[in-house]
Amino acid sequence: MLEKSISKNSIILATFAFITAALIAITQMSTENAIERNKQKALEKALYELISKEQHDNQLLDDKLLLAAGTLSNRKARYAYFAFKDAEPYALILPASAPDGYGGEIQLIVGIYFNGKLAGVRIVPPHNETPGLGDGIEVKKSPWMLSFNGKSLQNPQPEKWAVKKDGGDFDQMTGATITPRAVINAVYKTLIYFEQNQANLLAQLYASQNQHLLQPSAE
Amino acid sequence: MSNSTNIEQTEKQIAYQKIAKDGLWTNNPALVQVLGLCPLLAVSGTVVNGLGMGIATMAVLTGSNIAVSLIRNQITTAVRLPAFVMIIAALTTCVQLLMQAFAFELYEILGIFIPLIVTNCAIIGRAEAFASKNNVLSSALDGFLMGMGFLAVLVLLGAMREGLGQGTLFSNLDLLLGENFTDSKIILVNDYPNFLFAILPPGAFVGLGLLIAAKNIIDGKLKSLKDAKKGMILAGSKRVRTTGTIS
Repeated sequence: MLEKSISKNSIILATFAFITAALIAITQMSTENAIERNKQKALEKALYELISKEQHDNQLLDDKLLLAAGTLSNRKARYAYFAFKDAEPYALILPASAPDGYGGEIQLIVGIYFNGKLAGVRIVPPHNETPGLGDGIEVKKSPWMLSFNGKSLQNPQPEKWAVKKDGGDFDQMTGATITPRAVINAVYKTLIYFEQNQANLLAQLYASQNQHLLQPSAE
Repeated sequence: MSNSTNIEQTEKQIAYQKIAKDGLWTNNPALVQVLGLCPLLAVSGTVVNGLGMGIATMAVLTGSNIAVSLIRNQITTAVRLPAFVMIIAALTTCVQLLMQAFAFELYEILGIFIPLIVTNCAIIGRAEAFASKNNVLSSALDGFLMGMGFLAVLVLLGAMREGLGQGTLFSNLDLLLGENFTDSKIILVNDYPNFLFAILPPGAFVGLGLLIAAKNIIDGKLKSLKDAKKGMILAGSKRVRTTGTIS
């Protein structure tokens, strides 16, 4: 009697698991392309915010280099994108991660001109910072992120790469110190990484596409 | 014959009216049952967030009610809850995928709260209390109207918080309805200094409290009005009897 009811119940549950899984699979297959397109579009939009269309003449999304997991605190391998103008390297958009945000990891993209100045910094959604406080890192909600524009390793001095509360040059947000601290740290580390690796990264890009239109410019 | 079908029809109508009234007012999931507080308090920061979350919840609630009602005779009581949870989880995942496909930016704003629809007690509550005992049509209607009730509260709370917190209404409507609605943002007060309390979850708690209080006041008023009417009829009927004895 008991065995019978157990087997009956498990059959019912198994049927259910199968039907629901099938439902999800169908939806997933039919939305896959649209979701991928949306993600690509969002990425493109984010990149163009840092390096506008007038500032480069190559396909940003094509000239990319995969940085291994662990680089710049990224947990997964992420792409760096190169902007060229008149076949000269113009800017590099590096993926970085601030692992110590208030709500966990904050993913960033950091645009750096090849003269060492910051083109800008944006977060890659989603993030888990507190609404109304730490979410000021979204450019839509607060201009705080724009304070990085034009900064470099020399400007301000290394010890000034901190929020004002810690004696640095950057504003903290109302009610949020941990979030800006994490972002400033991550951006600073990215600048150092850029200074040490820019030549190497460019060489890697050229090597990966040496038959491409974009040859290293004449020495 | 026609008379009896007529009666049946009116009975049905009364039943549907009761379902509608229950979902939207008397048994409103947010204001009376006070269920699903997690998404309610977390994403009611703006009208559009509330609307998006409300529509997603309504879709899941209606779908799960229909599915549960369809299988209500096949399922044994022992496994009904796991089966309900599976249905709700599957539907939520589908809604999540659809939102990513058609309202990507809004999905990114609502983030973790879309998958959390699974844990909204209002949904499994309706599956257990209503859909598992009623036919498909009433269950669908119940799910839809309960969802509407939830959505209405989300939007109202969103309007209160957005208005008080940021001095705007309907900002970001384009994320939900497409680019034609980019300019639909209404600025209530220019250069409004953000009122943090309304934006943060405590503001949502207080806002919800005010809404519940308002509902109770309205209910009280309606009741006293009804009582007053009843009282009048009672008084009238007494008078009739008095005249009766005199004559």
